[in-house]
Amino acid sequence: MLREVGAKLDERTGSNRFLQAAMKKVFPDHWSFLLGEVALYSFVVLLATGVYLTFFFVPDAEPITYTGSYVALDGITMSRAFESTLRLSFDVRAGLLIRQIHHWAALVFIAAIVAHLMRIFFTGAFRKPREINWVIGVALLLLGIVNGFAGYSLPDDLLSGTGLRIAYSIAQSIPLLGPWLASLGFGGPYPAPEIIPRLYTLHILLVPALIVAVLSVHLALIVRQKHTQFPGPGRTEENVVGTPLWPRFAAKSTGLFLMVSATLVALGGLFQINPIWLYGPYHPSQVSAPAQPDWYMGWLEGALRIFPNWEIRAFGFEIPNVFFPGVLLPGITFGILFAWPFLEARLTGDHQIHHLLDEPSARPWRTSIGLAALSFFMVLFIAGSNDVIASRFQLSVNAVTYTLRVLVLIVPPLVGAVAYRIATERSSGPPRRPTEETIVRSEGGGFHTHD
Amino acid sequence: MRDRAIIISLLASAAASVGLAIAFLAEGGLAAQGILLAIALAGIGTALVMWAHTLGEGEVAEPRGELATPTDPESPGPGATLSGPSRRSFVGSLLGAIGALAVALLSPIKSLGRSPESALRHTKWAAGIPLVDADGHRIFLGALEIGGVATVFPEGYTGDAVSQALLLRVDPKRLQPLPGREDWSPDGYIVFSKVCTHAGCPVGLFENTRDQLLCPCHQSTFNVLAGAKPVFGPAPRPLPQLPITATTDGALVALGDFPEPIGPGFWNRDT
Repeated sequence: MLREVGAKLDERTGSNRFLQAAMKKVFPDHWSFLLGEVALYSFVVLLATGVYLTFFFVPDAEPITYTGSYVALDGITMSRAFESTLRLSFDVRAGLLIRQIHHWAALVFIAAIVAHLMRIFFTGAFRKPREINWVIGVALLLLGIVNGFAGYSLPDDLLSGTGLRIAYSIAQSIPLLGPWLASLGFGGPYPAPEIIPRLYTLHILLVPALIVAVLSVHLALIVRQKHTQFPGPGRTEENVVGTPLWPRFAAKSTGLFLMVSATLVALGGLFQINPIWLYGPYHPSQVSAPAQPDWYMGWLEGALRIFPNWEIRAFGFEIPNVFFPGVLLPGITFGILFAWPFLEARLTGDHQIHHLLDEPSARPWRTSIGLAALSFFMVLFIAGSNDVIASRFQLSVNAVTYTLRVLVLIVPPLVGAVAYRIATERSSGPPRRPTEETIVRSEGGGFHTHD
Repeated sequence: MRDRAIIISLLASAAASVGLAIAFLAEGGLAAQGILLAIALAGIGTALVMWAHTLGEGEVAEPRGELATPTDPESPGPGATLSGPSRRSFVGSLLGAIGALAVALLSPIKSLGRSPESALRHTKWAAGIPLVDADGHRIFLGALEIGGVATVFPEGYTGDAVSQALLLRVDPKRLQPLPGREDWSPDGYIVFSKVCTHAGCPVGLFENTRDQLLCPCHQSTFNVLAGAKPVFGPAPRPLPQLPITATTDGALVALGDFPEPIGPGFWNRDT
């Protein structure tokens, strides 16, 4: 039956030639190559759960009185957005489960992208001919962060409303354009009711469509350029060694998809996330403490907290304080990320095509720069919770903040120097290839080498 | 052995699915729904991965081939069929037309939002407007003990985000009013903008034993005895102070708007 349909399709489209080629596509096997797949499958889960949520969520800032089954908020006036989020959490079958899976999937999606990016960076997989795909990947990270922020702002709760207020202030800080940019983007001076439906259109249409488009190019380029691989027996610059798509890789990867889904479902079912009914509806004169954003905004939050109280003023003009941590820092971060393959090629003068990956220790400069940068963002991330650290360990928040201001300057060069030292020692020492040995199976069933 | 594990895994998945259907129908708990759906998915997933190891030939080597398209020195490039000067003028005019269209299409952007100017520089406070609390009730002398705090709004604009302010009562003897502001704090009542000059969060915490206001977002701290001067954290400027007085019947009223723009900075704030 299936064969018959296939034959008919082939007679009309020549589909078999394409399928036969596709089925033979080879996927090298290494655990770190799964990270991109985890991101892809989290995105699929995001799409599926997100569609379900759109059936119940109402993107509207109009006030309404809550009468649902969460008794603690009964009779409270809130926006339709907040009310419909409560309703889909408490009165829609499987609603809370789907909402929590969706939120967890967003956190895992961006975490997997970051881990995938680290793998690509430290093994040099971004080198020619894959510079374009690196740029596309960084764009996907940026789109993921933007859509995550838009998504968690939608319920119009006290925590996310405060986040939007800060985003407005950051937009407003841009010289010349800022005040107009902020007002046009948010629909008027903060808080304008237009922002909720606008974020909704961004979150469920514009950014996901962009992600799908860019992701398709990302995957098409991988097919065209074929995978990179670690050096090893039989693996050269001219071939790619791994399991063919059909049947083994297809079955394995579908299995991975289901296991990623299972993990996200388990997280959604067992671990509470973003309990907006505890935060309450947004009101511009109220605020909750401690207030931490989703993890991928943590570095920006930390930078806002520990940046000194500088504001540059000259000739009647000023550059506001939040411009430096809120605009300049992410601008430079993503600028360097986008440019890295071209920067490195210029610095090393290496314009060759590379399909075999580097051991991270074989490239001490790249590895130490990467680790120093990671430690910098890690300190910023920790700084995003300076108030939580202070209260948990009974310290003064001022002391914690001063310490982090020092750490953010000294930890990255220190980490870089240590990493450089270790990498050069490892790469200049004797090769760490396994020596040839015969492995013998003993009568008891154990294994050992001859000696 | 592996075959049995595959079957068990699939059976576990099916059992979990049956349980899940029952959990949905019986409106079972969130954790039960999550765990059962997770088992149902993971069961199929595990079975697939175990099954995959029995499939196909394992690892094979595939030649990469050349990425670049082989060049034929004989064939003219795509640009060669176009001729010189007319092409340049055509491309120039084309870009001009597209640019003009882009500018024309930009104009409706104005509909996206209002001019930010008035909200940046003015609030709803004006001379003679009474202070009201979050429920819209006027505030009289005696409303607060020393060390007390309340969020206040201009009468008629309860809840207004730009005008929101904090009314504090401090010991008048310890107050160090800024020059020219000596009569802005009748009987120790003093009002500051509640919008943080750092990133615009509501400055929600009054530490009355230290006479400090603290913004919970980024921990900017302001000394309320010295004109809300920032003493810690990223906030670069004091919270603007609202001039107030008490009428003959004891109601607190504003003497005017804040003397400077409230909230976070913007490029032409001083002009």
